[in-house]
Amino acid sequence: MRPAFSVLFLTTLIGAGQGLLVALVAGQWYFVIGAGPAAESGRFYALGVVAALAFLGLGLFASFFHLAKPQRAWRTISQWRTSWLSREVILLPAVVGLAMIYGGVHFLEWKPVLLTFTNQKSLDLSMALGFLVAGAALLLFVATGMIYACVRFMPQWSSAWTVVNYTLTGLSSGFIAATAFATWAKSPLAGFFAAAALVLTLTALVGKAVHLWRNGRIKPTSSMRTAIGVNHRNIRQMTQGFMGHSFNTREFFHPGSPEAVKGVVALGLAFGFAIPAGLVVAAWVVGEWQIAVAAVAIQYAGLLAERWAFFAQGHHVQNLYYQTRG
Amino acid sequence: MRDPVISRDSELGRSEVKTTTCYMCACRCGIRVHVRDGEVRYIEGNPDHPLNQGVICAKGASGIMKQYSPARLTQPLKRKEGAERGTNAFEAISWDETFQILEERLGNIRATDPKKLALFTGRDQMQALTGMFAKQFGTPNYAAHGGFCSVNMAAGMIYTIGGSFWEFGGPDLDRAKLFVMIGTAEDHHSNPMKIALGTFKRGGGRFIAINPVRTGYAAIADEWVPIRPGTDGALLLALIHEIIEMGMFDREFLIQYTNAAELVNLDEKSDTFGLFVRDPDVPVRPDTFDTPDRLWWDRHSDAPVVSRTGDTEGRLMGEFTLPDGTPVKPSFQLLKDRVKDFSPDWAEGITGIPAATIKRLAHEMGVTARDQKIELPIAWTDCWGKDHDTVVGNPVAFHAMRGLAAHSNGFHAIRSLSILMTILGTIDRPGGFRHKAPFPRPIPPCPKPPKGVHAIKPNTPLEGTPLGWPADPDELSVDANGTPLRIDKAFSWEFPLSVHGLMHNVITNAWRGDPYPIDTLFLFMANMAWNSTMNTVEVRKMLVDKDENGDYKIPFIVVADAFQSETVAFADLVLPDTSYLERHDVMSILDRPISEFDGPIDSVRVPILPPLGDSKPFQEVLIELGSRLKLPAFVHKDGSRKFRDYPDFIVNFETDAGSGIGFLAGWRGKSGEKFMVGEPNPSQWEMYARNNNHFHYELPRSYQYMRNWNKGYLTWAQRHRLVRYTDAINIHLYSEVLQKFRLAAEGKWQGKQPPEHLRERVRTFFDPLPFYYPPLEWRQTDASRYPLSALTQRPMAMYHSWDSQNAWLRQIHTHNVLFVHPSVGAENCFKDGGWVWVESPWGKVRCIARYSEAVEPGTVWTWNAIGKASGAWGLDNDADEAKKGFLLNHLISEELPCMVGGRTVSNSDPVTGQAAWYDVRVRVTACTEDEPAESWPQFPSLPDVPGQTGFKHRVQAFFAGKHKG
Amino acid sequence: MNDKQYALVIDLNVCVGCHACVTSCKEWNTSGFAGPLPDTNPYGAEPSGVFFNRVQTFECGTFPATETIHFPKSCLHCEEPPCVPVCPTGASYKREADGIVLVDTDKCVGCKYCSWSCPYGVREFDEVMGVMKKCTLCVDRIYDLSLPPERRKPACVLACPSGARIFGDIKDPTSAASVAIFESSGYQLMPEWGTSPSNHYLPRRKAKILLHEDELVRADNALKIEADLAKPAFSAPSIDDMSSW
Ligand SMILES: Nc1nc2c(c(=O)[nH]1)N[C@H]1C(S)=C(S)[C@@H](COP(=O)(O)OP(=O)(O)OC[C@H]3O[C@@H](n4cnc5c(=O)[nH]c(N)nc54)[C@H](O)[C@@H]3O)O[C@H]1N2
Ligand SMILES: Nc1nc2c(c(=O)[nH]1)N[C@H]1C(S)=C(S)[C@@H](COP(=O)(O)OP(=O)(O)OC[C@H]3O[C@@H](n4cnc5c(=O)[nH]c(N)nc54)[C@H](O)[C@@H]3O)O[C@H]1N2
Ligand code: SF4
Ligand code: SF4
Ligand code: SF4
Ligand code: SF4
Ligand code: SF4
Ligand SMILES: [Mo]
Repeated sequence: MRPAFSVLFLTTLIGAGQGLLVALVAGQWYFVIGAGPAAESGRFYALGVVAALAFLGLGLFASFFHLAKPQRAWRTISQWRTSWLSREVILLPAVVGLAMIYGGVHFLEWKPVLLTFTNQKSLDLSMALGFLVAGAALLLFVATGMIYACVRFMPQWSSAWTVVNYTLTGLSSGFIAATAFATWAKSPLAGFFAAAALVLTLTALVGKAVHLWRNGRIKPTSSMRTAIGVNHRNIRQMTQGFMGHSFNTREFFHPGSPEAVKGVVALGLAFGFAIPAGLVVAAWVVGEWQIAVAAVAIQYAGLLAERWAFFAQGHHVQNLYYQTRG
Repeated sequence: MRDPVISRDSELGRSEVKTTTCYMCACRCGIRVHVRDGEVRYIEGNPDHPLNQGVICAKGASGIMKQYSPARLTQPLKRKEGAERGTNAFEAISWDETFQILEERLGNIRATDPKKLALFTGRDQMQALTGMFAKQFGTPNYAAHGGFCSVNMAAGMIYTIGGSFWEFGGPDLDRAKLFVMIGTAEDHHSNPMKIALGTFKRGGGRFIAINPVRTGYAAIADEWVPIRPGTDGALLLALIHEIIEMGMFDREFLIQYTNAAELVNLDEKSDTFGLFVRDPDVPVRPDTFDTPDRLWWDRHSDAPVVSRTGDTEGRLMGEFTLPDGTPVKPSFQLLKDRVKDFSPDWAEGITGIPAATIKRLAHEMGVTARDQKIELPIAWTDCWGKDHDTVVGNPVAFHAMRGLAAHSNGFHAIRSLSILMTILGTIDRPGGFRHKAPFPRPIPPCPKPPKGVHAIKPNTPLEGTPLGWPADPDELSVDANGTPLRIDKAFSWEFPLSVHGLMHNVITNAWRGDPYPIDTLFLFMANMAWNSTMNTVEVRKMLVDKDENGDYKIPFIVVADAFQSETVAFADLVLPDTSYLERHDVMSILDRPISEFDGPIDSVRVPILPPLGDSKPFQEVLIELGSRLKLPAFVHKDGSRKFRDYPDFIVNFETDAGSGIGFLAGWRGKSGEKFMVGEPNPSQWEMYARNNNHFHYELPRSYQYMRNWNKGYLTWAQRHRLVRYTDAINIHLYSEVLQKFRLAAEGKWQGKQPPEHLRERVRTFFDPLPFYYPPLEWRQTDASRYPLSALTQRPMAMYHSWDSQNAWLRQIHTHNVLFVHPSVGAENCFKDGGWVWVESPWGKVRCIARYSEAVEPGTVWTWNAIGKASGAWGLDNDADEAKKGFLLNHLISEELPCMVGGRTVSNSDPVTGQAAWYDVRVRVTACTEDEPAESWPQFPSLPDVPGQTGFKHRVQAFFAGKHKG
Repeated sequence: MNDKQYALVIDLNVCVGCHACVTSCKEWNTSGFAGPLPDTNPYGAEPSGVFFNRVQTFECGTFPATETIHFPKSCLHCEEPPCVPVCPTGASYKREADGIVLVDTDKCVGCKYCSWSCPYGVREFDEVMGVMKKCTLCVDRIYDLSLPPERRKPACVLACPSGARIFGDIKDPTSAASVAIFESSGYQLMPEWGTSPSNHYLPRRKAKILLHEDELVRADNALKIEADLAKPAFSAPSIDDMSSW
């Protein structure tokens, strides 16, 4: 599959944005349940939300490059009953909207208590909104992941692991961003974020590895035999019917060699997971925000590579029909 | 939402539908052109046209992109003063100036030595007009593509059965049960062949393809018989051998309808050795071409009798002595003796086809022909007055084309095929081979080439026709010394039966001045600087070569073309033709009409759109030139112009004053009440237009079969001036015509005799019975150095060089590759898709190789004419056609050195002069890593010429007429 | 499921790979309902273009037992089209009336997602208009009452010289398409995906001739009549010279 840069940016950026939102909500909850030493300021959360919104906004911006007719983007919400893409398109603004409210409530420090539990802990409006935001963000992960996971004809994508990966990498990048943010803001949450980031990043790495391992063992469902319906052991395409190009030879093929793709996979694993994990630990230990920011930057580059490889490694069933330019 | 169902085409702008005839290839299908607001919107097959019955092909359906091609020429062009030929440096001039230049130059030539004009045309469909122009001009130097195309097919079959494949006849797949296709990739009957094959296969017929390559038609064959190129003669002789050995030939057919039972004089000392013995007492009318005085050996009386008389029955076999002591044999016995050693085992070694397969094929043919006989309840009368209640058919049909023809042994291979078809009893019978009017013709047909220098005189039309059909050595075009009269040496002792000329040698001969230099080379619709020439690199040099005085060796070149072809660059004067949608045209009975088995059909093309720019139909150019040069056919006695324009010419021209015969056969007579013969009809064009642009005369059923011997048909044909004679056209199983040339070579002929150095050649190849010899080029080629045969094939979606300018078609074949069996790659260390060098003894090319299992391992092949010169055809300089595509022609020589007594002759069949394209042998080796990934040779990029439309956009979104909004 | 399902049935047994269907399709559709069908670099290096129908060629087996198969392919108008539900805008739809799968180019946002959900590689993106396009089964021809009834067929079907393309309603058991599927073992491409393509393919079928030994030399063999089969001379010795009975 040809990696579309708009999609690479879209998924990685909104993933980080969603992850950051989840991290902020988790951080807030961390205080609420009393696991943290002290509460954070509303401005902290508000600023965090602004950062998340920046990620989401940039992602949204990138996504418009994917639509050939962005002026008709509004139409894409109509098919939510059947289309995960439609669902994503609905959820993304929902997350953004909820996040804005969540950030706004924090910014205004408007915290009416909604519920008080028997243990004296209480659920205020911001926390409740936080749950909604996190829930929506998690749903959005599922929707985004499902867009790819439900492409049945792309066996490398068509798996629950795709959703798991989108979610875990998004969370990992969000928590690393949160770590950077908290370290910079000298927030007491820095340690929590760093620990969570480390766990999530390593889990994401494991998830990715499992996915790669799974993909390495895929047995193709279709073959030349079923593609053209001729029951012969030895079928070769002599011509795909044209010698130049077409949409089907551009969209579903990537320019790199198999070796290059393997290299990018390795880069993705190193920069997307291993190195950031180390840097998070370093940032945590040393307490320098620059290190955490470096982790964010390096991971982002790594995730772009990871996602590029995710596309490049996708072998669509239709490619059976486009094997020979001639 | 837009409702597609009500988005009706007819409502999207001002639409009209007009009918005309396609010319995206020589098949000539009827088309309906939908025009919306003046632009071509859709071209579909005309369902009311007999040829294509509504279907169309890939090319025909891409006519729009030819109409709007960036390569269109729109202005007459003159080579710029001081500019070199071949560089595309032109200035646009007016038609007035153009005609002045031509009138002056051609007028001078005609007044001095008319043969200094050489008019050669490529794949045109107006040979009747171009040929007539040449004759009127007085030059013998005229031919069309036939010589480099498939003249072996025409000559081999017409000299045997009086008709041929190509556009003259074909397989009756409606009724056949077994169909054998040999060496055909696409051929001229493109759509009709596909319609027929589809019907045939769906009806359960069995289809066998004999071809070194399995593509296109061969792909859907029930059996593919891969054969080594150039060896079909051996296969066919072995099939004849097996059928004769098994007694599966159609004995009655052979005796009555062929010369199989006629007795041949075997007295070696006699001057008529090898000719049929004749009874001097049998009266022979002077207007007879097939005399009734030959003898049979009667089976009942066991004595010689005059053939086809009384209740006699000729013996096909045996050895007899006439009362005067002359030893004789029926010619069939000679054939039997000839093929005795040509067994399937013998053929296996030559063809690579297992002997068991050859035997089985022979048995399938023999048994099907014999046991699945068709008997139609159609009564007819034969030439000898005998009534028949039925027409009988043996349903085995064949078709063959350039795979047989384009070899230097093709003539005899095709004779063998004709004989195989004959002994199976399948000629002009249901389920076999069927003629198309104006065939069958007498063997050989009547037109004769000029017979001596006296035929060519200043300011006088040529005596004879530029092309014709010699019946004996005296009808050759040679002077008293045996030197050729024609620039291409056609009808000389080198190629006596070169009935279509040798266009492939014109440039080389003219450049060398052998047999004489010419002044003007006039090319129409022929890309002779590229894909229709052999030895392209050298020929391009000849076109620009100069003598000691700095003058071009070929002084003046005129090119009439509609597009910026490679050849245009070499012109001194370019005449821009219109597209086929912009002109009148005639597919005449005088040429090769689109007749069906059931009767003659001719057709016309009418303009759908106005000519683009200053382009002018070449037809109009010829009428104008003919009038200006005062060629008798184009002017009145007082020298005044006879015809206003081409449509007027077509209506009013008669072959002789008052002959009633003209270019069109339909709706003749004052008000269109006559056909074939009749006075000019001023409304003829409208009547054609109203009848879907064609005239179809369906013969009565009893005239539709056995036409070689059908008294009714032949009388009809004579009355309608299709033929001069009503004699039976008996099949020449044994060719007396060839024997006469052999007699001349042996010094036993009273008339013209070959020069000494050619005697042996003529003696060898003018064998009255077919034989197999390896292609001539192989004699000179070291098979260990050049182990592979190299072929081209026609792609169904491209017509020669025409379609690389076509935005849709060129996407299907953007460049060509060399298809090789994987073993060739393994031996020569290159991979599938790798760059390779292909070398022949004559040249080399660099190209991409692709592995294929559908090719005989000793053969490599590519699609024909896809490779282009950079910048030609309105393409970008870096177009794939020029940078990856290649031309196999660079590897093929137009001449073979040291062939005859140390002398060079054309690389052609020694009987017919057919260009031997497919004889070339090559080797294929891997390119080294550091060589550029680009085809070789490359030529300097050609710039556009003035007036070239060059509509070019990076993105083209064609939507005819009103733009969407 | 639709009660009516228009489709093409393609007979691989007679398809010679001529590409008539390819360019006829392009030609009809480029100026039709779905048009234009743009070409990029039309006269330059590596041209590229939108075509709704392509003819591919495959080789099976090794020399000399090689089969060459020409294989035309356009949208198969699946009965369960996976390309439809994934479309976020509803631009991709399957017509209730006749099962034709279409793209409404007025709604399409050009996200290309539907093309990812087609296993057959037949959707074609128009870069110029920025919308997805595909075979329309010539919906703008087949209902056009201004055409004579026998020409109300897809352009590719009308073009095909060998008659390898049959158009009809595969839900109507009497249609030519259904009969062909039934009689000639029509099959679907990649049935494993459950897309249930409406277009069907008819496989290669081989015609053979069975020869019997006794047919080769029949009683009325021409050689016998010619007395060419060895026959002793009348005067050659026989038992008559010697016998006494
Ligand atoms: N689409 C299209 N149609 C055309 C043309 C075109 O350019 N394009 N050109 C037209 C013209 S001018 C002509 S002359 C006709 C020619 O029509 P064809 O005769 O069909 O022309 P070729 O493509 O030369 O096909 C020759 C076939 O013979 C095979 N062959 C070569 N050598 C041998 C051999 O020794 N033995 C056997 N058995 N087979 C052999 C080749 O593999 C090939 O399949 O087509 C006409 N029709
Ligand atoms: N290697 C190899 N070479 C071959 C063959 C082969 O099989 N292999 N086949 C040979 C055969 S059989 C043939 S017939 C020849 C064909 O050879 P040619 O007839 O010489 O070549 P074409 O490519 O048909 O085109 C001739 C010219 O016709 C022009 N033309 C097209 N339409 C029009 C028009 O409407 N008006 C005018 N005035 N010009 C027009 C084109 O622009 C082109 O320049 O090629 C021969 N060359
Ligand atoms: S076969 Fe030739 S004449 Fe007929 S439609 Fe095709 S290009 Fe035109
Ligand atoms: S073939 Fe592809 S585009 Fe057509 S209906 Fe089926 S899935 Fe959709
Ligand atoms: S490209 Fe158009 S038709 Fe396809 S899924 Fe997107 S909106 Fe729907
Ligand atoms: S049905 Fe129409 S749109 Fe579909 S492939 Fe055929 S011609 Fe093209
Ligand atoms: S038009 Fe018919 S024969 Fe030609 S490629 Fe298409 S389906 Fe095959
Ligand atoms: Mo030709």
